[in-house]
Amino acid sequence: MPVRPTAPRPPVPAAPRRGRAARRRREDLAGYIFLSPWLLGLLGITAIPMLISLYLSFTDYSPLISVTEANWVGLDNYRRMFTADPSYWHAVRVTVTFALIAVPLKLASALGVALLLNKALRGIALFRGLFYLPSLLGGSVALAIVWRSMFNREGAFNSLLSLFGVAGKPWVNDPTWALPTLMLLAIWQFGAPMVIFLAGLKQVPTELYEAASVDGAGAWRQFRHITLPMLSPVIFFNLVLETIHGFQGFTSAFVLSGGTGGPVDSTLMYTLDLYIKGFVELDMGYASAMAWVFLVVVGLITVVLFSTGRFWVHYSDSAEK
Amino acid sequence: MRSKVRLLALIVILAFVLYPLLWMVGTSLKSPEEIASNIGLIPRSWTPGNFAAGWSKFDIAFGRFFLNSAMVAGLTVVGNTISCLLAAYALGRLRFRLRGMWFAIMIGTLLLPGHVLIIPQYILFRTLGWVGGDWPYLPLLVPHFLATEAFFVFLMVQFMRGIPRELDEAAVIDGASPYSVFRHVILPLSRPALVTTAIFSFIWTWNDFFRQLVYLSDLKDYTAPVALTLFIDSTSESSVGPMFAMSLLSLVPVFLFFVAFQRLLVEGINTSGLKG
Repeated sequence: MPVRPTAPRPPVPAAPRRGRAARRRREDLAGYIFLSPWLLGLLGITAIPMLISLYLSFTDYSPLISVTEANWVGLDNYRRMFTADPSYWHAVRVTVTFALIAVPLKLASALGVALLLNKALRGIALFRGLFYLPSLLGGSVALAIVWRSMFNREGAFNSLLSLFGVAGKPWVNDPTWALPTLMLLAIWQFGAPMVIFLAGLKQVPTELYEAASVDGAGAWRQFRHITLPMLSPVIFFNLVLETIHGFQGFTSAFVLSGGTGGPVDSTLMYTLDLYIKGFVELDMGYASAMAWVFLVVVGLITVVLFSTGRFWVHYSDSAEK
Repeated sequence: MRSKVRLLALIVILAFVLYPLLWMVGTSLKSPEEIASNIGLIPRSWTPGNFAAGWSKFDIAFGRFFLNSAMVAGLTVVGNTISCLLAAYALGRLRFRLRGMWFAIMIGTLLLPGHVLIIPQYILFRTLGWVGGDWPYLPLLVPHFLATEAFFVFLMVQFMRGIPRELDEAAVIDGASPYSVFRHVILPLSRPALVTTAIFSFIWTWNDFFRQLVYLSDLKDYTAPVALTLFIDSTSESSVGPMFAMSLLSLVPVFLFFVAFQRLLVEGINTSGLKG
């Protein structure tokens, strides 16, 4: 492009405008200086690795060779995943079952206890804190180890059952019961969504309940027609967060199954399968393909949640407009 | 009457919720014979020896693993608070070109599952020579110095929106540059958000397992969670007590944070939906 050294300018009072332009440039510069670590991270730690991962998913890459030596295999990894790898479908089934059962039960427990706690006046802070404690500790290896021991053949749970004359099982080693044991550990951590529910319940105007009582509505109808709609944005928020969280459960599945996803793949969460394929079997091309399918599916689920949300999530301020 | 029933229900539920934790404490003090036979919370014969046995169970004392964990968690706290504060100041306070786009991208990365990136990141860090070696912690730390934990950026942006803009504007009229506004207005007023970020960074990193499992391969470099998994492989009955003792010890720092900052933690999840 030809450069015009002396661009014609309309005669304007120069000082303030030049000042504003200079200030803009200065703010632009400052903005990018402050943003630079994040930008570098976005590029180097997120965006470029994502693209590398997409490329690898079409190759037979393994960490034993360099990236440039990997062979292009087209859609083979994806084809194998969907048609020739039974453990893949086990992982999908385990993960979906986990999300479909554990997430609603966790949210229901959280809401139930929040409702009980909301009415109790004394000691609410203490109760709230103690219920929240498992959410802080529960994701750790240490707690998964405790859980594993508790539901062993000789574990505390079986001893408890024997007090009632019920014959126990080796819950963690039983293909039918290993996954429910894992779910129970997730549900046990209902404290974090509970705290969010409690904050939401505080926002519901008490006049609504008073008006409903005057009109003769009982406890159930008040819950159904006041509490639930008023709380729906919070329920939605918790649902999105817990679903995405639930799909990514790794630590507890790893510890409960001793890193195998067993017995008989019954606790093979998707991320655990991905780890085994990529870092144990060193089949990183295949694992990259698994990662991309995971990304797309989690993205789709988020979109579906958000698009169904408008049918049942009630925002009081938008309704008034 | 109704409030009594409610209180009773709460106490029963709480007993179930706390039972595994109390049982862990009790079991860490039981002898091998008692662990199988006594499901009660209180040991009949106190066996504090489990702690000594667990501490020196492997070729390297457990204290080393705790030190490694503390170092990784401490440096992650430093990285997260600094880098996320810088990014949040830019995205939440400054006006510059394409800010809206970068903000939208940041929100997008909030929901990005970290497991998707683990393989290409591993390859990248290995190419840079950061995997293995004498000090294998760079792959665990560098991302946190580059504000990749979008949750904290978001938390701080939300917080800064609550700081009155008049303060910046007054400072700018007095001739302050964006840097001195940051230094003298935003930084001091952001203390609560920084503390919340620091506490959650510490607890999450202390509990984190996936990335530490991938990057740490030498026993002397293990962090506490990775070292704890060694107990799973040895299934002999005599190691259950020591395993519980070390598991319990590894939860103590998180528990202390909980006791000291309970209010802040609960408020932290309320304002931003941070998970525990």
